[in-house]
Amino acid sequence: MKTEYKIIVDIIEEKARVLDVGCDDGTLMQSLKKNKNVDARGIEISKDKVQTCVSKGLTVIEGNAEFDLKQFPNDSFDYVVLGQTLQAFVNPEIVIRELLRVGKKAIVTIPNFGHWKVRLNLLFKGTMPITESLPNDWYNTPNIHMCTIKDFVKFSKIINFKIFKSLALSNKNISNINNSNLFYKNLFAELGIFLIEKYNENRNN
Amino acid sequence: MNIKENIKTLIIKKPLNLDCGKTINNFPLAYETYGSLNENKDNAILVFHALTGDQFVTGINPITKKDGWWSYAVGPNKSIDTNKYFVICANVIGGCMGSYGPSHKNPDTNKIYGTDFPVITINDMVNAQVNLLDYFKIKKLFSIVGGSMGGMQVLQFISNYPDKASTVVPIACTSSHSAQNIAFNELGRQAIASDHNWSDGKYLSNNTLPDKGLSVARMAAHITYLSKKGLQEKFGRKLQERDALKFGFDADFQIESYLRYQGSVFVDRFDANSYLYITRAMDYFDLVKQFDGNLSNAFKKTQAKFFVISFTSDWLYPTQENKDIVIALNAIGADVGFVEIKSDKGHDSFLLDVPDFLKTLKNFLDKAYLERQS
Repeated sequence: MKTEYKIIVDIIEEKARVLDVGCDDGTLMQSLKKNKNVDARGIEISKDKVQTCVSKGLTVIEGNAEFDLKQFPNDSFDYVVLGQTLQAFVNPEIVIRELLRVGKKAIVTIPNFGHWKVRLNLLFKGTMPITESLPNDWYNTPNIHMCTIKDFVKFSKIINFKIFKSLALSNKNISNINNSNLFYKNLFAELGIFLIEKYNENRNN
Repeated sequence: MNIKENIKTLIIKKPLNLDCGKTINNFPLAYETYGSLNENKDNAILVFHALTGDQFVTGINPITKKDGWWSYAVGPNKSIDTNKYFVICANVIGGCMGSYGPSHKNPDTNKIYGTDFPVITINDMVNAQVNLLDYFKIKKLFSIVGGSMGGMQVLQFISNYPDKASTVVPIACTSSHSAQNIAFNELGRQAIASDHNWSDGKYLSNNTLPDKGLSVARMAAHITYLSKKGLQEKFGRKLQERDALKFGFDADFQIESYLRYQGSVFVDRFDANSYLYITRAMDYFDLVKQFDGNLSNAFKKTQAKFFVISFTSDWLYPTQENKDIVIALNAIGADVGFVEIKSDKGHDSFLLDVPDFLKTLKNFLDKAYLERQS
């Protein structure tokens, strides 16, 4: 299993209700069902991939997270997972708000545009970086809103959500991200994995 | 029409209170089955037919001698695999393939009903068909499946009988018949009514048939089952067995000839009054209104697993109307999957050889069946 998926499976509790947004071919949903006995649902934009998920017996609806999350009531899920797709949305802010509305918690993973290879690529080549995890040219990439781990941390303050847990994945090694190591993690992590929550709106202090 | 010997019929003794206020009893419900019911009686699928369908889902229809209307999807090793599942399908009441309808005699007057037959609704149809479960001693169906009006029956059935099916597959349908669809149905009804031979519905007593009107109704409806792109690709402006236009009103174009043919073969197998009754039932269908404007409430009592399917080129029951069903189900946390299948074949896609559709339907049913057994 991909290390990213293994981390997500570890975070999620037994029998939780989970929505996987952009569930791809359902690999993560399958391992969540198998390992944590979760009630897993998926949304996927590609018809082919929805059909693949159906062939695996997974409950998936064809749809676009930007428009189709609104059909779910508040707190419908214990976890909403958004794996490496935040950067592909026209409006990531609305997506994050929606994730936190329909889910009690959300797990968001982002390919880190702050990784040193990306930085060097742009610095020395002077062209938009192309790496293993970002294989497209600037004109045909679905990734229209790339961000770094640092950007995402900053984003949490701007649109006001709580980062409960943040992990860096670098060459299959997992480590915690905190304020003091943010600079290094933002340079060396390929992927950031964030467990986020909305602030309790009813708090008095 | 001496069709009786090929038709299995269940006489329903229990009175059925119709939405129109009338009650019927001791009425026939014609049905057919495929495959065999297993010992646990948990492999049954009730298939609901669309406007002009009947109980002869697959194989050779013994009345028309043509392939059953869903031969692509139902049969051994097909999407609805009759090696695995016991498939039941009934002719809807109001229909003309043996079930109680306007061509039957009114027991009170001993005359053919015609338009004196009570107006039937989708709700009445499913309330008649649920009797088949008692007849076969099936407590819970593995699945209910249907496209178009069949899909409306699927939705009504699970709403009326929330614990009588484990999986629910509405295809290319709607929860509330749109103005556009009512309009097309009205066009068909008016075509029939304006045929002199219709005689206010008493044509069977007069030994005449409103063939012209019924065939025009069918021609108009047939266009709505296809897509512009599909028509253009299949027919374009191709001429029918001629090299040049004839400057007259014969069928110059292939599409004209095709529609005329569709109309002419339809009148041989379908009763004009049944066409009026069944289109009326579709027009009256409004599950949203039945639940005071909140479709979710129609599904609140069921634990069933839903799978909704629509087609890209279906403009009669477009994806958005199918998606409204998905939205209503998600709003109450129901187990629902949804896919829009890419096809140029219009509303008829569900009846045709559309591999992505057939494969997806099979995958859904077979996986759900496996999961249920484990």
